[in-house]
Amino acid sequence: MAEAVPLAGVLGRFGSKVTLDESAADMPCLWVPPEALTELCLFLRDSADLQFNFLSDICGVDFHPEEPRFLLVYHLASIPNHWRLRLKCRLGDPPVAPTVTPVWTTANWHERETYDMYGIHFDGHPDLRRIYMWDGFDGFPMRRDFPLRGYKDEMNPLGATRRDDGGRA
Amino acid sequence: MTEVTTLQETPTDSGYAREVLMNLGPQHPSTHGVLRLLLQMDGEIVERIEPHIGLLHRGTEKLFESFTYTQIFPLTDRLDYLCPPSNNLGYALAVEALLEIEAPIRAQYIRVIMAELSRISGHLLITGALPMDVGAMTSLLYTMRDREMVMDLMEMISGVRMHTSFVRVGGVREDLPEGCEERILEFCDIFTHRISDYETLLLNNRIFLARVEHIGNITAEDAIALGLSGPNLRASGVDWDLRRDAPYEIYDRLDFNVITRADGDCYDRWKCRLDEMRESLSMIRQCVDQMPAGDFLVDDPKIAFPVDKDLLAHSMETHIHHFELAAYGFKVPAGEVYQAIEAPKGELGYYLISDGSEKPFRLKVRSPSFVNLQALTERTTNMRYLADVIAMLGSLDPVMGEVDK
Repeated sequence: MAEAVPLAGVLGRFGSKVTLDESAADMPCLWVPPEALTELCLFLRDSADLQFNFLSDICGVDFHPEEPRFLLVYHLASIPNHWRLRLKCRLGDPPVAPTVTPVWTTANWHERETYDMYGIHFDGHPDLRRIYMWDGFDGFPMRRDFPLRGYKDEMNPLGATRRDDGGRA
Repeated sequence: MTEVTTLQETPTDSGYAREVLMNLGPQHPSTHGVLRLLLQMDGEIVERIEPHIGLLHRGTEKLFESFTYTQIFPLTDRLDYLCPPSNNLGYALAVEALLEIEAPIRAQYIRVIMAELSRISGHLLITGALPMDVGAMTSLLYTMRDREMVMDLMEMISGVRMHTSFVRVGGVREDLPEGCEERILEFCDIFTHRISDYETLLLNNRIFLARVEHIGNITAEDAIALGLSGPNLRASGVDWDLRRDAPYEIYDRLDFNVITRADGDCYDRWKCRLDEMRESLSMIRQCVDQMPAGDFLVDDPKIAFPVDKDLLAHSMETHIHHFELAAYGFKVPAGEVYQAIEAPKGELGYYLISDGSEKPFRLKVRSPSFVNLQALTERTTNMRYLADVIAMLGSLDPVMGEVDK
């Protein structure tokens, strides 16, 4: 993966919408607004020069109390070219992003996990339900204002007490 | 509590439901852990599969955020609990990338030996368990017997059989004990014959073959779109192995073949792993052969404990560093890195965001089993009957510790 990924075509095509993150050290990184995400992903996958056909991972990040609060990080790989690429997408609160399941099937469970853990809603996802936590679970555990031990209830006597400020414990 | 069941039984004209819902697991021997499958059945034909996971969810990623970088190692052990050294290794590489340090060469060899040993131990389970799931009972007894040899080696190296936590940021905890290299080579010699034994037992076994050949085929395009990795991807004919294509540690010094198969059926996924064990053996032999003498841990008192424990009794400075390191951990420069390694199950990725403190701001695990298990929900050709689902599940080889994190 030593060769530089030829991203000039992408940056030219999407103009000011997609920007290159100069600070990225381990792999190239693009900033993309949510409205351009699906189009960019389709282009990255289908472009004959790039062929980013493999979605490694989708990661949610919560920067509470900073604004914009949420960040989505996509890690792509191009198996034919042995390249990697990172996409970053900032989201406000409440967080909504378009789904990339039509682009890569594997995104289905990754997005369900991100929804389950961060409450990020993926527009157009075929089956957006919780995946780890049970259906009746209240809250999104990976958010930074969710207490480490969870909230106190009959099943969890050691949990934090709910307060109006979001129950930070 | 809301209704968990999401599939609906459909009444038909004749007044009774032709399609039935069936619950497989979470306590079922062939789910290898706590996996619950909800199956929509038409007679014995499976219409839809819905895995319900999360029964082993321990909130590992949440815990990461409140643990120091050293404390995280035992947590990574418990992801893919069949192959803890691989999990340790991937995590250590991610932290080392942000610290901009590299483990000494000897430590890299020790890590690779352990990772490959654990690959054998992980693959041995499926080599025996998939045939057992589909009716060829005996194989598991043999593979578990031989897995003991790997466990013994792990115990000899680290003192622990399963959750070794042997890797440290900047190296490994200790040097290999005396006589270990001979024991490893002895194991390689014995195990070469054992692989042939499995082949004799299973390659022409009609009970086994009838249940796995041409079952659950996944094409190369589907496999890539599904994000499959590791042997599951290579069984579909995609030549992609991070040990060769994005080498880390000393893998670029080793000579090995990447095993690929053509059909992507259950048999290929199983056979791919069987053949990979041979490659692993060859890699271990090369490692023992090439391994130089030298340090096994970086000489940096701010990151690693002192190698010379006598210094603790004589040098005040060492003592202070040791205390600081044990009590508060070390700081990692702010930044981010995605480090992927070829774990036995596939691409194991750690995405680490550091804010410059002693604890990670965010550490995401891209666990291969989680992604691989998703393939079960897809309509693959030649997976019609309930019995095929068991073969498919077994051949995808998910480890629930890693699926549920």
